[in-house]
Amino acid sequence: MNQYPTWKYVLIITVILTGVLYALPNLYGDDPAVQISPLRGATVDEASLTRVSEMLKGEGIPFKSIEQIERGMLVRFDNTETQLKAKDLIAEMMGDDYVPALNLSPATPDWLTALNAAPMYLGLDLRGGVHFLMEVDMVAAARQAGERYVSDLRSILRGEKVRYLSIAKTNRGYSIDIKFRNATDRDTAQGIIRKEYPRLLLEPELRDDDAFLVVTISDEELRETKKMALQQNIITLRNRVNELGVAEPVVQQQGENRIVVQLPGIQDTARAKEILGATATLEFRMVVENANVEAALAGRPPVGTRLYKTRDAASYGSHLLLKKRIIVTGDQITDAASGIDQDNGAAAVFVSLDGKGARKMGDNTRENLGKRMAVVFIENKVTTKRIDGELVKTKRKIEEVINAATIQGVFSNRFQITGVGTPDEARDLALLLRAGALAAPIEIVEERTVGPSLGQDNIDQGVISVIVGFIAVMIFMALWYRVFGLVAIIALTVNLVMIVAVLSMLQATLTLPGIAGIVLTVGMAVDANVLIFERIREEIRSGNSPQASINAGYDKALSTIADANITTLIAALVLYTFGSGPIKGFAITLSIGIVSSMFTAIMGTRAVINLIYGSRKVKKLSI
Amino acid sequence: MQIFNKEPSFDFMAKRKIALIVSILLVIISIASLATRGLNFGIDFTGGTLIEVGYENSADLSEVRATLESAGYGDAITQYFGSSTDVLIRVPPYEGMTNADLSTGVLNALHGASSLGEVEMRRVEFVGPQVGEELTEKGGLAMIYALFGILIYITLRFEKRFAVGSVVALIHDVIITLGIFSILRLEFDLTTLAAILAVIGYSLNDTIVVFDRIRENFRKMRKGSPVEVSNRSINQMLSRTLVTSFTTLFVLTALFVLGGEIIHSFATALIIGIVVGTYSSVYVASATALALGVSKQDLMPVKKEGENDPDILGDQP
Repeated sequence: MNQYPTWKYVLIITVILTGVLYALPNLYGDDPAVQISPLRGATVDEASLTRVSEMLKGEGIPFKSIEQIERGMLVRFDNTETQLKAKDLIAEMMGDDYVPALNLSPATPDWLTALNAAPMYLGLDLRGGVHFLMEVDMVAAARQAGERYVSDLRSILRGEKVRYLSIAKTNRGYSIDIKFRNATDRDTAQGIIRKEYPRLLLEPELRDDDAFLVVTISDEELRETKKMALQQNIITLRNRVNELGVAEPVVQQQGENRIVVQLPGIQDTARAKEILGATATLEFRMVVENANVEAALAGRPPVGTRLYKTRDAASYGSHLLLKKRIIVTGDQITDAASGIDQDNGAAAVFVSLDGKGARKMGDNTRENLGKRMAVVFIENKVTTKRIDGELVKTKRKIEEVINAATIQGVFSNRFQITGVGTPDEARDLALLLRAGALAAPIEIVEERTVGPSLGQDNIDQGVISVIVGFIAVMIFMALWYRVFGLVAIIALTVNLVMIVAVLSMLQATLTLPGIAGIVLTVGMAVDANVLIFERIREEIRSGNSPQASINAGYDKALSTIADANITTLIAALVLYTFGSGPIKGFAITLSIGIVSSMFTAIMGTRAVINLIYGSRKVKKLSI
Repeated sequence: MQIFNKEPSFDFMAKRKIALIVSILLVIISIASLATRGLNFGIDFTGGTLIEVGYENSADLSEVRATLESAGYGDAITQYFGSSTDVLIRVPPYEGMTNADLSTGVLNALHGASSLGEVEMRRVEFVGPQVGEELTEKGGLAMIYALFGILIYITLRFEKRFAVGSVVALIHDVIITLGIFSILRLEFDLTTLAAILAVIGYSLNDTIVVFDRIRENFRKMRKGSPVEVSNRSINQMLSRTLVTSFTTLFVLTALFVLGGEIIHSFATALIIGIVVGTYSSVYVASATALALGVSKQDLMPVKKEGENDPDILGDQP
């Protein structure tokens, strides 16, 4: 007799029920929602929740619910129309410190959420959005570190009143040469530098009777610098992404020098690219008054000055000569907002400085009252050129004066800058200044953007192929193996539910190739049953009793099924390890499908077969 | 329903010479095509920019081309994608333009062309040259690691001649599938690579099922040459092989027809792979194992050493 002990039935029922429970959230769909994220120290609390709900009620906009979430608050709506209207109103009311983003939020009922059940996480190819892989320019990061040290060493030596003749980066790796008048000065300097920067390698040298100190940045320090540059870039990118107003963004390190940025559901991809990749920052320098720009253009600019192009040649001439000393840099800007200059109605950026920057700016404006100060806009651009059929990347550093104005009075921490272009350009510049500069230039090395309509098409096509494939297999199995075939169909259905449940539990990303993996699993999952059923038929042919045939069929097919599935699993694991994005999705569903099919096709069908045939005398099997 | 009411008795192995010739021919043709024509690699591997746009009504390709040309993207390649309202544009890298500028520029040009009607961005893919290289390298490595993992597993579970047989069959399947892709100039991208690896898994599944039966029969059948045993085993498994291939082909056909353009090459690779894989598990794998001289002794359950002969115990190294 073929009977399962009660505990096996209990186990099977428990597993299936758990599966159904965790697959359930996928049936509820999504609510159009607005997610409001606070920026820069702003918070979301009960009061702001009330404010938003009062405002929406006042405007007569119906909403489903309003709740505080991990990062801000979430307001759900019945349809996208009210959602869009509400987003604009919220943006207007909450001001610059909060960013509202459109979102599709799962409409999972509370009792399921309490069980930690959530719907599957859809990949960007299904929900639409942008995926960027960005590479951080580590050579530039290291070069910048060198430049920073030059300026640091210069100011420390000046501060300690140690005289030196020159200080410059060498072309031999990352080292700096400092030339002194005599060995005594050099030794004093060496002592000071050693104390201040213990991690720099210092080596005194005598070249043509000149005393040199060679300062080298150690490999360890360089590695550290690169790591910091990457971390800093991730933070900056996160800030920028937050400013863009994207719900559920991903900004993650990948490998040693790459960053993955995923922005689900974003519509204006061109702007996203521009903002994320932008390296724009500002510097404030004094203008050299009455300078001979022509002479400087023709030859070398005087010591301590540098020639800059101007953006607005009509007002300032094509070039301006500026002092090399920087008053304030972009990273000392704590806040920036765009607006309109009250005098001439041009777009302007209102800037706030941190304490150090404010002090420097205050000192500078006091000393230089009546003189002109220039704002230099700096941006790195990477372009690809084709030279002799080879693709060569070139980096271009744009440095231009966007504004040079006479200092009318003393100011320190808050002031405005004009000459920043159109209001849109002013808005983007303010955003970049707020979010911080990138520590090193980045370049997009991979981009995958999927428009919202294509995402929905992909879902529809994926679902319809699963359904059609499933029905075809169902009909075939029912005709071929009759009662046993029907049992296999039940197992296959449960298998599908289990795959969805496990994907939901793991919150693994479902992609289009992932759906293909599910389709493939449907085809392959019946294999286990085919093996068993064919074996049962063989046993019957060789004259065994129906009950013995069932038993032998399951027993003997087991090792075959295990071997076959383990090898497929090996292939799936390799795929997972080596694959990127979409491939991983395929590997995940395939692996889950294989494992769960072992359960449903062997234990599941056996349980049902036992229930049907197990406890009675059977003359003939319907197989 | 059954294909065979009793156990079929085709003499598969008698025709293994013919099969060998057919296989060798197919492999040679495939390798020749791969060597001369190569694969039609997608941008995943070559790098480049790809833009898919959708129009409300069917789009006139020559007009799209003209629009792009006048905007300065004369090198762009345009084609319909799935339907005449969908257009796929491939753009080579341009001088003095960042990759971000490139796709934005193309989209703006199309947006500006009023004669073409409303245009909608469906998809933009850009893969930098270095990423493309890495993906190619990783893909090749994945294939090699998968084959090695399988070789080891089968050696442990069965016997090395079977392991070699199954890997020969896998290489055979992969080369022929790639060959067909090369001959038909089908696009080979990342998802196709995934499909090829899935083919490896599937074809192996088939092979192992047959090997499993060969092993069982070697142990059970008192008489019978290796050829007879193999024949018998393949016949016994024939209806299973066919049924599973059919069900899998059903769903893949559904995917091919209904799954949309993006999944097309994936479904194609799997369909080809499964047809070739089914054939190879019958002929290539078993025939190779036979040619390598698999015999009854190789497959008898391993006796625990020294079980019946305690005397040798002392001589164990």
